[in-house]
Amino acid sequence: MFKYIFRRLFTIIPMLLGISFLVFILMYLAPGDVLSEARASRDISKEYIIEMEKLYGLNEPWYVQYGLWLKNVVTLNFGESWTYKMPVFDLLKQRVPATLTLAICALTFAWAIAIPLGVLAAIKKDSIFDRLSAMLAYAALSIPEFFLALLAVFFAARTGWFPIGGRTSITYSFMSGWEQFFDLAHHLILPTFVLGIGGVAGMMRIMRSNFLDHIRSEYVTTARAKGVPEGRIMFKHVFRNAINPLITSLGFAFSGLLSGALLVENVMNYPGLGLLVYDSFMKQDQYVVMAAVLVGCVMLMLGNLFADLLLAWVDPRIRVKAKES
Amino acid sequence: MGALVVLGILYFCAIFAGFLAPYEVSTQNLDKSFHPPTYITWKNGGFCVQQFEPDMENPGKYIKIEDSCVPVRFFAKGHPYRLLGFIPMERHLVQVASDSPEDRIYILGSDSMGRDIFSRLLYGAQISLSIGFIGITITMVLGFLVGGLSGYFGGKFDFMSMRFVELLMAIPGLYLLLALRSALAPYFESSQMYLVIVVILSLVGWAGTARIIRGLSLSIAQQQFVLAAQSMGQSTFKILIKHILPNLISYLLVAATLSIPAYILGEAALSFLGLGIQEPSASWGLMLKQAQEMRVFMLNYWWMFMPGVLIFVTVIAFNVLGDALRDIVDPRMKVNGGGIRKGGFGQ
Repeated sequence: MFKYIFRRLFTIIPMLLGISFLVFILMYLAPGDVLSEARASRDISKEYIIEMEKLYGLNEPWYVQYGLWLKNVVTLNFGESWTYKMPVFDLLKQRVPATLTLAICALTFAWAIAIPLGVLAAIKKDSIFDRLSAMLAYAALSIPEFFLALLAVFFAARTGWFPIGGRTSITYSFMSGWEQFFDLAHHLILPTFVLGIGGVAGMMRIMRSNFLDHIRSEYVTTARAKGVPEGRIMFKHVFRNAINPLITSLGFAFSGLLSGALLVENVMNYPGLGLLVYDSFMKQDQYVVMAAVLVGCVMLMLGNLFADLLLAWVDPRIRVKAKES
Repeated sequence: MGALVVLGILYFCAIFAGFLAPYEVSTQNLDKSFHPPTYITWKNGGFCVQQFEPDMENPGKYIKIEDSCVPVRFFAKGHPYRLLGFIPMERHLVQVASDSPEDRIYILGSDSMGRDIFSRLLYGAQISLSIGFIGITITMVLGFLVGGLSGYFGGKFDFMSMRFVELLMAIPGLYLLLALRSALAPYFESSQMYLVIVVILSLVGWAGTARIIRGLSLSIAQQQFVLAAQSMGQSTFKILIKHILPNLISYLLVAATLSIPAYILGEAALSFLGLGIQEPSASWGLMLKQAQEMRVFMLNYWWMFMPGVLIFVTVIAFNVLGDALRDIVDPRMKVNGGGIRKGGFGQ
């Protein structure tokens, strides 16, 4: 098991190199750099700018710049953000947990709703419930995420039940521990819902079709003939088989989650990784962008790894196959 | 089938936007910002449009001007435009016949600068709907070339291209979109933004398609008839086009229909973030961006959300159509995790 994890982690590194290189080239091609704003502002002296340029190596050819950046990354120095005037690493430390919480909450929400609904829809095939949930699934799948976020903000503004955005209230620092927790949760409700609903739809349909596939298989007939109670069949046998592809899709879900988080965080003003990437893109803050995209990709790959491990844990056949190979 | 009808209507409106829209994309009327949809009444044997004026007591609301029902003309002359891009025409479906240039017919209300939402929706439809098709074509061509060749050749080429494809897929979609956009944007003028966006969307989208096509073509390449063609001495290109492609066509068609919504959503997302179609052109995403004001929420300007509804309708129609196509083409090909669509989350 550990060897497998090790090998996976090992393959991540060339991936990261490739991705960081790609992003670097793209940022390099874009006009302007970290110091464009500084050059434009009139109260920053030329000497300071020249000093900064030397520090960041901005006048060097691109491979030197990239090499410098890599060298720094190895020592966890992701550079400084010009817009936020702080080291990128601290910036990431602030933002990444926010997006992680949001992503995990959205994932849990989606799973908690999609799986029971999918199972129910499969068991009660072709009933009103089935058709209704199929229609809802279509609808939820097709709504553009930012539109849903917009509607959610609209809803929050009209009813006042939920905060319009942000991660914490203004009085956050004055709250006690428990109040802080509830405040965070309160702010998380709408973004989680918006992010999760798209996932609910897709996963519910997959769950339903997988479940249906397995219900028709022979081992279910055998179990029924043996006299195993219907509930046991569904949950002990069919469920464990049906959930297989869903866990695989967990890995891909993360990619969509991060992309969706960008839009949702933008609309709902939730300070997370997505908003950071967007803001720093607009401001040409090169190092922040590179670090943030890198972190995003790392999260993605860790998510994939986690999904694979979960799959191996749930499905013994994969464990055996891995041992044999 | 309903989906086809819906899509047909939408595309018809997009193609004939110039004819159906009462106004141009940027005809402003600053006196009538955030005007609610005008309602049409029957008077004197013809349709007429009730005119409104700003309510001085409730800022942001409008009250009727009595006796100011302006007649509506059908097939009347209006601003010149080019039907289908090259037929110069001046007649529009609906026009207001009045002396005062300030009178407007707002079928779906107006936005912050008094521009008719309905007209902008129609012109925006041209952009938003066509981006899907053009992007899909580029993606399918790219995906087929790379995927097909990888599956066919195997070996080193296959390995390298699949690693590259995985690299592209490892970056969250929107991030890559942003990065490409900021890299490519300065080389194009803002009026050519449309092209840039299409290119970017295709470059982001082809990776997934290429991977799947490679799997499919791998299995096709093992078949006997391919071996026969090779031993006959057919060139690689010919084999690709004549043998592998026809077997993939059904899958390609379904994948294309199911991916078009992703492109429409991608373009809308980009424009929504302000990185896509710029003013003064209209696009559904851009219009939604303009709906993001506090005024819209507080004063209940519901008509500003119409672009979102239209995107929703279009995407649903495409999804339904794609599913129906898939059931026709290959009933065995179910939606599996990470297949054509990203099974769960995703744009």
